Amino acid sequence: MTRVSRLGLLVLLVFAALGSLGPAALAQTSESIGGRLVAEGDGVAGVDISVATEDGEPIGVATTDDDGEWSVDLPEEGTYLVTLDPATLPEGVELRNPERQELEIRVSEGSSATALFALGEREEGGNILLQRLAQSTYNGVKFGLIIAMTAIGLSLIFGTTGLINFAHGDLVTLGAFLAYTFNVIVGLHLIPAALIAIVLTAAFSGGIDAGLWRPLRRRGTGLIAMLVISIGLAFVIRHVILFFFGGSRRPYNDYTLQLAMQVGPIRVQPVELWVMGLSVLILVGVALMLTRTRLGKGMRAVADNRDLAESSGIDVQRVILSVWIMGGALTAVGGIFLGMIESVDYLMGFRLLLLMFAGVILGGLGTAYGAMLGSLIVGLVSEVSTVFFSSQLKLVWALGVLIIILLVRPQGLLGQKERIG
Amino acid sequence: MAADIVFDALRTALGPTAAAYALLAIGLNIHFGFTGLLNFGQAGFMLVGAYGVAITVSTFGGPLWLGVLVGMLAAVVLALILGVPTLRLRADYLAITTIAAAEILRLLVRSTAAEPITGGVFGLRQFGGDFFALNPLPDGRTYFGALAASPNRAWVMLVGWSLVALMTLLVWALIRSPWGRVIRSIREDEDAARSLGKNVFSYKMQSLVLGGVIGSLGGALFALSLQTVQPDTFLPQVTFFAFAILILGGTASTGGPIVGAIIFWFLIGSLQSGLRRFSDADMLPEFFGAQAVGAVTLTFVGVLLMALMIFRPQGILGDKKELQLDVS
Repeated sequence: MTRVSRLGLLVLLVFAALGSLGPAALAQTSESIGGRLVAEGDGVAGVDISVATEDGEPIGVATTDDDGEWSVDLPEEGTYLVTLDPATLPEGVELRNPERQELEIRVSEGSSATALFALGEREEGGNILLQRLAQSTYNGVKFGLIIAMTAIGLSLIFGTTGLINFAHGDLVTLGAFLAYTFNVIVGLHLIPAALIAIVLTAAFSGGIDAGLWRPLRRRGTGLIAMLVISIGLAFVIRHVILFFFGGSRRPYNDYTLQLAMQVGPIRVQPVELWVMGLSVLILVGVALMLTRTRLGKGMRAVADNRDLAESSGIDVQRVILSVWIMGGALTAVGGIFLGMIESVDYLMGFRLLLLMFAGVILGGLGTAYGAMLGSLIVGLVSEVSTVFFSSQLKLVWALGVLIIILLVRPQGLLGQKERIG
Repeated sequence: MAADIVFDALRTALGPTAAAYALLAIGLNIHFGFTGLLNFGQAGFMLVGAYGVAITVSTFGGPLWLGVLVGMLAAVVLALILGVPTLRLRADYLAITTIAAAEILRLLVRSTAAEPITGGVFGLRQFGGDFFALNPLPDGRTYFGALAASPNRAWVMLVGWSLVALMTLLVWALIRSPWGRVIRSIREDEDAARSLGKNVFSYKMQSLVLGGVIGSLGGALFALSLQTVQPDTFLPQVTFFAFAILILGGTASTGGPIVGAIIFWFLIGSLQSGLRRFSDADMLPEFFGAQAVGAVTLTFVGVLLMALMIFRPQGILGDKKELQLDVS
């Protein structure tokens, strides 16, 4: 072996050593989550705390040491669910707020986050109950308005075409993520970003009517076949978004981290008031459009009796296209509003879809006003239930309403009886 | 690498998961294919089957056969609860109610309140002892040649596919019986069946119960093969995987679910194995992590569902004449 090649070998070896050091050195600065459990000043030992990804995939379980300290190493940045196992708490020690047994913690790159579980006596009291009722009613109206905006489109699409659009929730997600793209990635202010997102979502929604649904209707494809196609479409939209944006929750750049104001018994963020005010305006606008304008009357006529509408000279295909465009625009608004008061993630629309179904069936499938009324009730029920029951179950109560209304009054509050067949 | 991918895909296509999904699809075939019921909550029936075994054995220390029985009984109860409010209404009401009910069940078992029984988000494990104690296959070697199954996996595969064959036979016999003719006539024209004096509601209910119980067996098999149950295994997408399998194989054909399950999981297996191997070989962009592989798989399922329904709604084995389904 010549001298030169030996030198080369040495250089290679040094590089290899450095290379193998690299990941190890990185691992020391990688993300972790931890904390210290304290009750009355002393650390609490032997409590199991598990960490999972947002999708519920377990990362690891830690047991607190004699000082009450625990820590779990994480594979990457992101949002994690940290759950304390109450069964392992020692006698006489309880979570101060039993609902805060599962915490959602955001961990940024290279940092270690802290998860705090407050232990001690439970908070109870009559005044607190009233305050929580007021707060949850406020939250319920807030969510109900957003559900209502997205549900009108779902209901009108059903009314005019007979199709239950399972991709409707994912149009919500699409609108929210388009706004995210223009706001956070492109760097526009949220208001122009939102306007662009609304226009694009409306165009996309109209585009799938013109490019997919209309040809299928013309071919005489059955409604059940179309329903399955809408599920396929929902899968595609949802998981293309997952592919490009990942599964973590993301906030918009503007109007976040606002200080909450105390209004009477309720904590209010200014952005929420804006969202609620605009929602009411939009809902009133839609209601006026449906009753006053030619197009709106056409929509209601087609939803009411398609054949009669067609024979009295209404261009049914054009009305259906307008319903898809309007529905798309409204879902985008709903998605952006939801993203503003919470955050955006690829499953937000699907979670909302089940609430929309509940609202639409409660109000009467195919009616626009019924969708508004039913959605408000569903929003209220799910939020107010958190005062009395675990917040993990709020969707359960909303969906429970759906099953009860089907038992008692299947046509819904404002529906007509013959529609249900 | 191509051969490796094919073997990976074959292992998935003939594995216990594919067998469990075949059972789900057989149940759905009774509902959707033969009776025209749109059950979007098959994940819920699967959940009660899986948790029936897990809770009985792991939480209460009961025997395995009792667990399977509990799961089947829970599926009967679930079908009754779902059927009473919705079977008199249009097909799409059942669709919404069933998907909602399956989500309610999943949220209930993962809630803190249910944790002493269901293990909450942690789920349950260690309930398969009885099942694997019955394994007659000797230890220390692999089975099925190139599929290289461990004795335990081979045992689950044998039991699973036998169960699939048995249920397929049952469906084959039922569909040719007078009962089968009535439920198919309900699918074709409910009013005609009613005018012949058939109690349509009762027949629909029987169909819902039967398909649900078969779905719960799929859940039990799934739980035993994984040796663990977790609530988030039973997301709504599970139901739509089963629908994709059913439509791919051929709705309303007796052998459709088997053919569909094998081909569907072969496609999924080769897609996932291919992406993983390409990614390990650094042939994919860096951001192509595990989450992206999952996203691509599910996008593929969506495209498959759409393409099948648009271009070949009868699937591989189906008969187009059997598919005049519509909301009525």
